[in-house]
Amino acid sequence: MMIGPYPLDLLALQLVTGVALGAIYVLVGIGLSLIFGLMTIVNFAHGAFFMAGAYVGVFLYGYTGNFWVSLVAAPLAVGALGLLVERLLVRRLYGRGIDDPLLLTFGLSYVIVESVRILFGLTGIPFGAPPALRGAVDIGIGYFPLYRLFLIVFTALVVAALWLFVERTSFGLIIRAGARDRQIVQVLGIDVSKVWLVVFALGCGLAGLAGILAAPLQGVTPEMGIPVLAEAFVVTVVGGMGSLAGAVLAGLLVGIVVAMTSLIAPDMTKMAIFALMALVLLVRPRGLLGRAGALG
Amino acid sequence: MADETGRSGAFSRRGLLQGGALALAAPALMRRAWAQGAGPIRIGFPVPLTGAFGAEANDQVRAAQIAVKEFNAAGGLDGRMAELLVRDDKLNPGEAATRTLELIEKDKVNFLVGALSAAVTLSVNNVARERGVLYNSISQSDAINEAKDFGRTTFHEALNPHMTAGAVGRYVFPKHGKRVAFLTADYAYGHEMVRGFRRAGEALGIEVVADIRHPIGASDYSAFLPRLAALKPDVLCLCNFGRDQVVSIQQATEFGLKRTTKLVAPVLLFTARKAGGDAFEGVVGGTSYYWRLEDSVPTAKAFNDAFRAAYNGAVPSDYGALGYAGVRSVLESVKAAKSTDTDKVIAAMEALRADFYKGPQYFRACDHQSVQSVLIVESKHKDQKGPDDVFTIVGTEQPDEARLRTCAELGHKA
Repeated sequence: MMIGPYPLDLLALQLVTGVALGAIYVLVGIGLSLIFGLMTIVNFAHGAFFMAGAYVGVFLYGYTGNFWVSLVAAPLAVGALGLLVERLLVRRLYGRGIDDPLLLTFGLSYVIVESVRILFGLTGIPFGAPPALRGAVDIGIGYFPLYRLFLIVFTALVVAALWLFVERTSFGLIIRAGARDRQIVQVLGIDVSKVWLVVFALGCGLAGLAGILAAPLQGVTPEMGIPVLAEAFVVTVVGGMGSLAGAVLAGLLVGIVVAMTSLIAPDMTKMAIFALMALVLLVRPRGLLGRAGALG
Repeated sequence: MADETGRSGAFSRRGLLQGGALALAAPALMRRAWAQGAGPIRIGFPVPLTGAFGAEANDQVRAAQIAVKEFNAAGGLDGRMAELLVRDDKLNPGEAATRTLELIEKDKVNFLVGALSAAVTLSVNNVARERGVLYNSISQSDAINEAKDFGRTTFHEALNPHMTAGAVGRYVFPKHGKRVAFLTADYAYGHEMVRGFRRAGEALGIEVVADIRHPIGASDYSAFLPRLAALKPDVLCLCNFGRDQVVSIQQATEFGLKRTTKLVAPVLLFTARKAGGDAFEGVVGGTSYYWRLEDSVPTAKAFNDAFRAAYNGAVPSDYGALGYAGVRSVLESVKAAKSTDTDKVIAAMEALRADFYKGPQYFRACDHQSVQSVLIVESKHKDQKGPDDVFTIVGTEQPDEARLRTCAELGHKA
């Protein structure tokens, strides 16, 4: 069966490709969105944390030869780095408006990228999928890489766990309350500084997790976080700042838009996601699932 | 007596004037004499030491140093030694123009060799041509041969996309099939490679089933791949370079394209293959040089041995070897011309019939393109003997002017 000039199988396969692409966007988008939604911090170092996760994972893989160890260790290590950054740097800037933390994290991203260049070299490191996840499998509509299927399933599990954490735990309740009205939460006697510490580390850890998951798709280079940062911002804005469900929806949407544009008009791919963002902002300025006044 | 005095007075007056003129001109003359005779022969070498092609550029420097060392060890030009002035052009045409101008104006280089990117090599050539300094380019470019960018001081040691893609196409299309798809980095290098493949393919009756352009430096190609997989082309030409080549080959392999399709890269890089690992298995491409050429070419063996001795047993890469050849062509011509005078060296380079490291080569008269062999290599994986044993040479297109675009097509009069 054909739809326009394209067979249905191809469109379906393209859709799955978009979802796999979207999985990475979802993970980086959630972290950025959480940090902004709760702390009103525009984290410009998010791409650098993504890259750091990939390097930590690949570095450990060199010692252990086990991808699963890297998959656990990378988000933990980057999350720990996030803890330090919040405690030692970001915390000093609370109450100073939105610009100061933005400039701080912007500068921090350069420090992280340059440190990795010095430690690991300029040229990047090759990295393939673990042997068990190599190759392509027939999914009924054509062959699809096994690793990308794993990526979709794994991301779904991470999102489900996050959802349980935010919706079903008392700490999650505080996060949700804090995202809605920070002052009231403070008035209720909750130590928000602890909440912010955890949320910042969680967001960074998710960026690190996305980094190690992306490593087998493209290898690792010190600059790999730069395009990701722009894409993560698009996801956050489209989904609505601070909305978990919004980030998931927007991440998948961006992935699918990229995939479909690549099929129909390959040279428009880079522009398409920004066109999507402009469109969403025109129709719904707060993002798909964002609350009104999140930026106020 | 009066006569005598008059004569001597006239003589001394003229003498004074002449002497004064000489004295005024002396610093300039001495500088010129120093530049031409006494000081070292200085070769400016702008390459992208930092940036995406850093690995290749550093290898170019290492190999170029060997050419300088060999020249000096053989006594130089009547005792005049050569030296290499390496500068980082950061893979940026503007930066390259500035560094080149400094090399010419401040460092007073006699010659220029270098650059690794079509846009950068044109930028260096532009500055060198304006200042009348001989420049031997070691970067792939078609435009540098064309009359509008060419100058009599311009030489092109590297292969050009027309001859490289042409040779690869003539090898691949008859052997692996006529249904061809392109996935191309959207800039001059990619466009010139596609044109080269299409020109070679026309004569062979290929059918182009897709011609997809991707932005340079893309990190994900997956969205292009289902369509390419569905088309089941016989051959997929990946017209991109460096990291783009590594990532696109890795992802095409991941999507299982190799089941139906031969993956082809116009220039299959030694460094990219080493960085990409086993995903490259079976990929075919062209190259100017591969170190295993030493099995059949004695000069390749000599060059590799010199490189191994200097750098702990490492072998030179393809682009590294071009750094060696680029500098050696200039220095051999200096020796033949017995001078560093630009005009004399140009004449000597035009007359050069060399076998420095890969078999015979010479510069074509009209565009100074180095006419040389193109190697076709296939990436191996399972039967590698050591980490440098990455390719099998499966074909060689011998040096042949008929494989170049004609002088008339390039806009040259001759």
